[in-house]
Amino acid sequence: MAIGKIQGRVYRFLVFIACLLPFFCLLIDTLLGRLGANPVETLHFRTGDWTLRFLCLTLALRPARVLSGQNWPLRFRRMVGLFTFFYATLHMLVYVALDQSFSWAQIRDEIPETPYVIVGLLAYLLLTPLALTSTKKMQRRLGRNWKKLHSLIYGAALLALGHYFWLVKKDYSEPLFYTILILLLLGFRVAQARRKRRRIRNSAQLLGDG
Amino acid sequence: MLIKTEKTIPASEITGQSQFLSRRKFIWAAAGTAAAGLAGGLLSGPVHAAGGEYADVPRGPYSAQLPVTDFDYVANYTNYYEFTTNKEDSTRLAKALPVSPWSVTVEGEVDKKGVFHLEDLLKQHPLQERVYRFRCVEAWSMVVPWIGFPLGDLLKSLQPTSRARYVQFTTLYKPDVMPGQRSSVLDWPYVEGLRIDEAMHPLTLLVTGMYDDPLPKQNGAPLRLIVPWKYGFKSIKAIVRIRLQETMPKTAWNMSAPGEYGFYANVNPLVPHPRWSQRTERVLGGSIFTPKRKTELFNGYSEQVAKLYAGMDLKKYF
Repeated sequence: MAIGKIQGRVYRFLVFIACLLPFFCLLIDTLLGRLGANPVETLHFRTGDWTLRFLCLTLALRPARVLSGQNWPLRFRRMVGLFTFFYATLHMLVYVALDQSFSWAQIRDEIPETPYVIVGLLAYLLLTPLALTSTKKMQRRLGRNWKKLHSLIYGAALLALGHYFWLVKKDYSEPLFYTILILLLLGFRVAQARRKRRRIRNSAQLLGDG
Repeated sequence: MLIKTEKTIPASEITGQSQFLSRRKFIWAAAGTAAAGLAGGLLSGPVHAAGGEYADVPRGPYSAQLPVTDFDYVANYTNYYEFTTNKEDSTRLAKALPVSPWSVTVEGEVDKKGVFHLEDLLKQHPLQERVYRFRCVEAWSMVVPWIGFPLGDLLKSLQPTSRARYVQFTTLYKPDVMPGQRSSVLDWPYVEGLRIDEAMHPLTLLVTGMYDDPLPKQNGAPLRLIVPWKYGFKSIKAIVRIRLQETMPKTAWNMSAPGEYGFYANVNPLVPHPRWSQRTERVLGGSIFTPKRKTELFNGYSEQVAKLYAGMDLKKYF
């Protein structure tokens, strides 16, 4: 039991470090001036990419649990979900602090002309309550509503895709890749929910017939 | 930022080219050393060699007195969809492009139609260096010392007919070495066009070099257009055909997304792209803390070109 607990902690620590690796790479490239001709754009793209990747990973943990029959994927879901929020926050900060240099007047003028920024911001707003209610305490307090609240992640995912499609100039291959991935994960969720409902209905029928 | 122009600048005020270059190179070298000391690796890329093939080309008129963008940034951040939609991979992919010998077909409403060798064109039209701002429709910009000659000089020598109201340019179509042309990201070959008065304007250049050297392949070698007051996609690369005609020619980006890219494509901070703002621009080569620059009408060349569009609704004719 004690060994199992220690093992769990070691695994969690290793996953934590792995989730931070993209951030360390960004930090090193920034300090060494390896971000290319347009460093702010590079930071934007890389933090955005990692947000989407972590979002997909978060969504993939439930299917991973079902398909593998193992319980461990779900144990990392909170951490991976919070890292999604971490990279989304970096992405936002790059926009406000580096791209717009905290110039609120400039942001005010440019945002109405740049609708994908609004969509991205909406996605971030949907993720925020999920991060705030990610603790065990909040999970207990919200009970069944916690699950409902946290299905907002699918809304955030769809908005993030819209954000990506809207900003791409012409080559849609990357956002298309993420769209297929997210639709597959969403489809899995829907199919699972349907199967569950059918099971409940069937067992109710059985009871009625008996 | 003011760009000096038609007004004659007293000779004493002009920085001599060699002086300007050596000063710039000194500053960059100093910055490089300092930065390398601090960050151990910053600017560690290949340093562009001095004394290139076009080092003795004289500075022409209309050159902006602006700090020039570092060569490595200009050469490794290019939109060249014939190769890839990735701005860095184009450097490697374009290496396969054969650029010599090169010829340009001239057709349509001119007396002197025909196929011209690039070598001959370059002999007939003395080269000059022009330092211009370059503003991409994606809201980034740079300052580049181009080597070329006014397109108008060539067009005049071809003797356009009275029906020549527009000029169309065509990029090389060679899908076996241009992998992007095997995809449908745009309709190939890439075509662009100008109104005849825009084409004859002294700012409009045919360019064959930059930074004292022949153009790198990814920057449009061996012959490209530069129209500094328009978004970069108007400045077509690797030109193989010039056609003068009476009707407004089709242009590649306009055919691909007519609501987003017009025929004129003049730089204008007050006419946003339908999906993003054009009010500001990211100047290449800055640090992550460098604020964006405010975009100027006609990219700062209003004094020279605003009269071409007098009375036109720039929101409608974007």
